Amino acid sequence: MDLVATILVDGLIYAGWLFIVSVGLTLVFGVLNILNIAHGSLYAIGAYASASLVGAYFAAGGEAFPYGSYAALILAAILVAVVLGPLLERGLLRYFYGRDEVLNVLVTYAVFLILEDVMKLIWGVNPYFVYEPYTLLGTVEMGSLFYVGYDFAVIGAAIIVGLAVWLTLNRTQIGKVVLAVIHDAEISQTMGVNVKRIYLGAFMAGAFLAALGGALTAPMISVTPGLGVNVIIVAFAVVIIGGLGSVPGAAIGALMVGISRAASVHLLPEAELFIIYFVMAIVLVFRPEGLFAKTQARKI
Amino acid sequence: MRKTVLAGALGTIALAGGVTGPAAAQDDTFKIGVITFLSGQAAESFGVPAWNGGKLLVDMLNEGGKLPAPYDTMGFGGMKIEVVVVDEAGGATKQVQEFRNLVQREEVDAVVGYVSSGDCLAIPPVADELKAFTILYDCGTPRVFEDNSFEYVFRTAAHATMDNVSLARYLKSRDFDVPSFAGLNQDYAWGQDSWADFKGAMSQLYPDAEEKTALFPKFGAGQYGTEISALLREKPALVHSSNWGGDLQGFLIQATARGLHERAQLVLAAGDHVIPQLGNKMPDGIFLGARGVNGLAANARGGELKELTDTMWSAYEAEYDTFPVQAPFRMWQAIFGLKTAVEKAMADNGGTKPTDEQLAAAMTGLAWDAPSGRIEMALAGGHQAIQPNAIGTTKWNTETGKMELVDVEYYNARCVNPPEGMKSADWLAQGFPGAQCD
Repeated sequence: MDLVATILVDGLIYAGWLFIVSVGLTLVFGVLNILNIAHGSLYAIGAYASASLVGAYFAAGGEAFPYGSYAALILAAILVAVVLGPLLERGLLRYFYGRDEVLNVLVTYAVFLILEDVMKLIWGVNPYFVYEPYTLLGTVEMGSLFYVGYDFAVIGAAIIVGLAVWLTLNRTQIGKVVLAVIHDAEISQTMGVNVKRIYLGAFMAGAFLAALGGALTAPMISVTPGLGVNVIIVAFAVVIIGGLGSVPGAAIGALMVGISRAASVHLLPEAELFIIYFVMAIVLVFRPEGLFAKTQARKI
Repeated sequence: MRKTVLAGALGTIALAGGVTGPAAAQDDTFKIGVITFLSGQAAESFGVPAWNGGKLLVDMLNEGGKLPAPYDTMGFGGMKIEVVVVDEAGGATKQVQEFRNLVQREEVDAVVGYVSSGDCLAIPPVADELKAFTILYDCGTPRVFEDNSFEYVFRTAAHATMDNVSLARYLKSRDFDVPSFAGLNQDYAWGQDSWADFKGAMSQLYPDAEEKTALFPKFGAGQYGTEISALLREKPALVHSSNWGGDLQGFLIQATARGLHERAQLVLAAGDHVIPQLGNKMPDGIFLGARGVNGLAANARGGELKELTDTMWSAYEAEYDTFPVQAPFRMWQAIFGLKTAVEKAMADNGGTKPTDEQLAAAMTGLAWDAPSGRIEMALAGGHQAIQPNAIGTTKWNTETGKMELVDVEYYNARCVNPPEGMKSADWLAQGFPGAQCD
């Protein structure tokens, strides 16, 4: 298989996964103006929850219809969003709306640390495996290389997620209300918009996307403690490149990171980590707000 | 996280007497501070199984008569063993503080600990400053004693050079054709050093083999799709990895799904510990080591140490419902070595409980038997152990439903470890001078 084609395919696979993880982060920032460090924990909990649910599915005779395990993956992400979304947003974050952004970062960092220990209390330190969904779709031969069909399913999931989020925000009534809240929450409230509900909905959607990223990743890894740490770092790089709060920005950021990383692994493996942050630095030199964020006047 | 594991006489007396400070060491007990990962990514692979094994052995020794000679006597020279366990998570700075606490407040008689190479490099200067007898039981970096010397510090496991020299020797002894090789190792000291050792050994045994790509994904990366594509494209005859824990499990799951193991020989420097988790998802035909004659390689060995190995193996399986992999074996060899040193020091000093100085003198150059083989403190002036090693090939037994190691080859300690006074890198570069292979 041609090197350029290999880099593109590898980059697309990585970018697909990265977009699903990052788009929730940027959505929550866009609506709530909170940089949610605990997004990484929600990703990890999604992975654990899906491992448990898929395991239970097969234990209950799921071998007869193994494709049902994909529904279990999605159900796990929904459960995480429904349980933890309101708990975190209504139970904690709402008390910090309008406060200093740095304070919000510290609050969500505290939540991240707490959830890391909660995961150990619930799932322990031993790894969880759910290989079955990873191999169900077989392999795809591309030139001299074999890819796992599941990887392309993740790209498909990323496209569906991206379109769903974009269409919801830009082509539906609720989306217009959300955009109004993003533009000015106070005026929206005076116009009769239930801002609290919008905040809750946006945070639950962000939690769902984080958990979905973890759930889709679980079949290809061993789910162990500390899973969310690396993810949140690279997800931040993506949303900073694309511009905080921008869905198209998250897509472009994920593509840039995915493809540049793939090129580095194939051509200059020593620079695999460097290249991600190099791309980010270059973007920030020319666009300090990120590629798609609107430039804002600085208040003095 | 700290807990006193053994409800020994010490704690009881302290409580009965209303002592509020740390209990002072007494002559009828021997207090060990054990430091290993009880949380974090190394806990599942190394820390927890090591301490599970350690706890089991301490209980057996305290009970007395549970093990074959010379380990059939109670405790250490008749003293009951008491253990204080500390979590190694948190980094070297925290561990230095924990070490001082163990020595100065808990007043332990010996410290046994450290999986992380970073911790193993940070603790020895403090141990010498406090004149505290310390055993490094697990970490792999050769630099601990190759760059420094310490009076009170000993490492009872061989350093990591042995793992990769053994892999290269295994390939050679099986006439495995290696026109080219590649590597995928974690991007930190362990992965980088392992790859350098493997390359060094291969350059001697396979001087014509071409080095293809060397990949170093970030520790905890999880996703290896791009790296696997790069390996498939490069078409090396073999792929070396010293990955461990979740990183190794993730790599194997993804690599086998894409058929990498069918196109290249996978060789894993320390891969035995993922067998219990992966089961039959671990492909057949992988060449792997266990950082010593540990785990399945020890179980398959037989010979003079069979009774001791079988006793520990059965006890571990009965207690934890899984077989012991490499980590408990290294903890066992440390505790058996400590028992041997304590009893030797007592014999030399009229049967009294040894001081740190007496323990250090007894441990220097000591040799003892463990389930992993004969351990000899043969390097670094008697402070660094060498031990035999083994490499085998994975094969799933469909009848028993268990993974086995077949075609296991055992290596004399002096065949795969550098001789006294020579650094590992020099030994590899000079073509293993002084190696004694049967």
